[in-house]
Amino acid sequence: MARRAIAPLGVVPLGDSAAYVEFSTTLDLEVNSVVQGLALAILKRKVPWIRDVVPALGGVALHFDADNAEFPAQPLEASLELVNDCLKQGLAAKDDPGREVELPVCYEREFALDLGEVAKKANLPPEEIASRHAAAEYRVLMMGFAPGHAYMGGLDAKLAVPRRASPRAVVPAGSVAIANEQTVVYPYAISGGWNVIGRTPMVLFDAARARPSLLWPGDRVRFRAITKARFVELAANQ
Amino acid sequence: MQDHGRHGFQRVGLCPGGAMDPVALALANALVGNPPGDAALEITVIGPDLMFEEDTLVAVCGAEFLGAFPHNRPALVPAGSRLSVGRAIRGARAYIAVAGGFAVDPVLGSRSTYLPGRFGGFEGRALKHGDVLALRDGGAAQRFHSLRKTRKGTVSWSAPPLTLPDREPVLVHVIEGQHHASFDSTSQRAFVDTVWRVAPESNRMGFRLSGPPLGRPQADEILSGPTCLGSVQVPPSGVPIALMADHQTTGGYPRIAEIASADVARLAQLAPGGKVHFARCSLEIAAELRKHARERLDSALRGIAWEYGRK
Repeated sequence: MARRAIAPLGVVPLGDSAAYVEFSTTLDLEVNSVVQGLALAILKRKVPWIRDVVPALGGVALHFDADNAEFPAQPLEASLELVNDCLKQGLAAKDDPGREVELPVCYEREFALDLGEVAKKANLPPEEIASRHAAAEYRVLMMGFAPGHAYMGGLDAKLAVPRRASPRAVVPAGSVAIANEQTVVYPYAISGGWNVIGRTPMVLFDAARARPSLLWPGDRVRFRAITKARFVELAANQ
Repeated sequence: MQDHGRHGFQRVGLCPGGAMDPVALALANALVGNPPGDAALEITVIGPDLMFEEDTLVAVCGAEFLGAFPHNRPALVPAGSRLSVGRAIRGARAYIAVAGGFAVDPVLGSRSTYLPGRFGGFEGRALKHGDVLALRDGGAAQRFHSLRKTRKGTVSWSAPPLTLPDREPVLVHVIEGQHHASFDSTSQRAFVDTVWRVAPESNRMGFRLSGPPLGRPQADEILSGPTCLGSVQVPPSGVPIALMADHQTTGGYPRIAEIASADVARLAQLAPGGKVHFARCSLEIAAELRKHARERLDSALRGIAWEYGRK
């Protein structure tokens, strides 16, 4: 499939030590896919004055090491040039991260704290929420909010319900939640306003692991429904 | 415990963290002969009582705290004695560095404590009464011996308080944030005209600023995007939040301003209740301020290194 020409809208300074090269001000999955490949291409170049490359929904952020000897006098221009150069070289298929990850999820009532409310808002029987959620393939569009917390696109449009009116003070770790057209998994017990429809026994972020995060930007994610018994078994092995 | 921070993981949502005032951290380390980014104890508003089991070369640098110890100078604390640090009287944060550094393993390349994730530093948490910290052998006596002392047994020089405010409100330079134009003109003016107070519910993640609420005529949702140390975002409540060391790496709130990186450490020296006002500047000026701050720190570090190097 030929990709349409996707080019940066411009570059926005995030203070004097980072820049955001923006491609879109609205969510566009095709643009995001280019952003994911671009972020990897930039990382591969190991530019000494760039120490963090963050693919976001509509662009890529570059965080500078301003003390590096090679830090350019005009970092915004240099950032844009770097991005355009990567784009010109063409983002090879191998630059598409596209790692496939399957996450086991128990959708049983005990964990699906907002199932009733979601079913009502979506006007669907509760059991269909889980089956529709587990049927789709998702893509990690951006990470943030907490370490290991991925914003995933690809949610069944029938499940697109708004966030809860008032956020929960504590959402249990591993909670699988939906809002608007995305799904997330809470890596820690933290406050949050997304609608919880299940829970994974997997540890999303563990700083002691060689790859601390289970999910990475650009990953393709599937959820597999498991029973409570299996959940307990898997949780014990974590 | 905080060091130079944990870089390279923002794409999986992990902020760099590290010392809130990296300038004071670098000076504290230099005062005891450590590399500038080594881990030290970050003390905020109230200091600890530390008992030393061995002769230890120590420096307390940054905010001024009450206590009978030399401020911004290296001091040899004899075995069996105590370093009692009271409350901050000027500035909010100081760093206690020990020669040789603390014996804790780095996690993902840093010894910084990341409280929300409960990892890094000492067991991933703030220190509490009764904790025992192992030190790497720093050859404290030898290092201290190499310094020229006064008759009182201390050194005659001190590190400059580069990040402590001479006055309040603290002046902090900002450039326009990506969504500055979407705020109404009253809010744009209020942002720079107001003397903001650091609200009590401020922490290492962000400083909430008390003042007039800021508004946008069209309260449309913006697409979530990246944030940075020093981003000033405005949630629907209208209360601006300056993102600090443990900030979230992305956010969905409009950003009215971005703080010049040279001024973030000075803002970090404000305790809740502290006053700040913002002055707009160009990106070029922000870059100049950063270079000047770097030069001042480098010059101070060279001065300290010279004291260690001379016979």
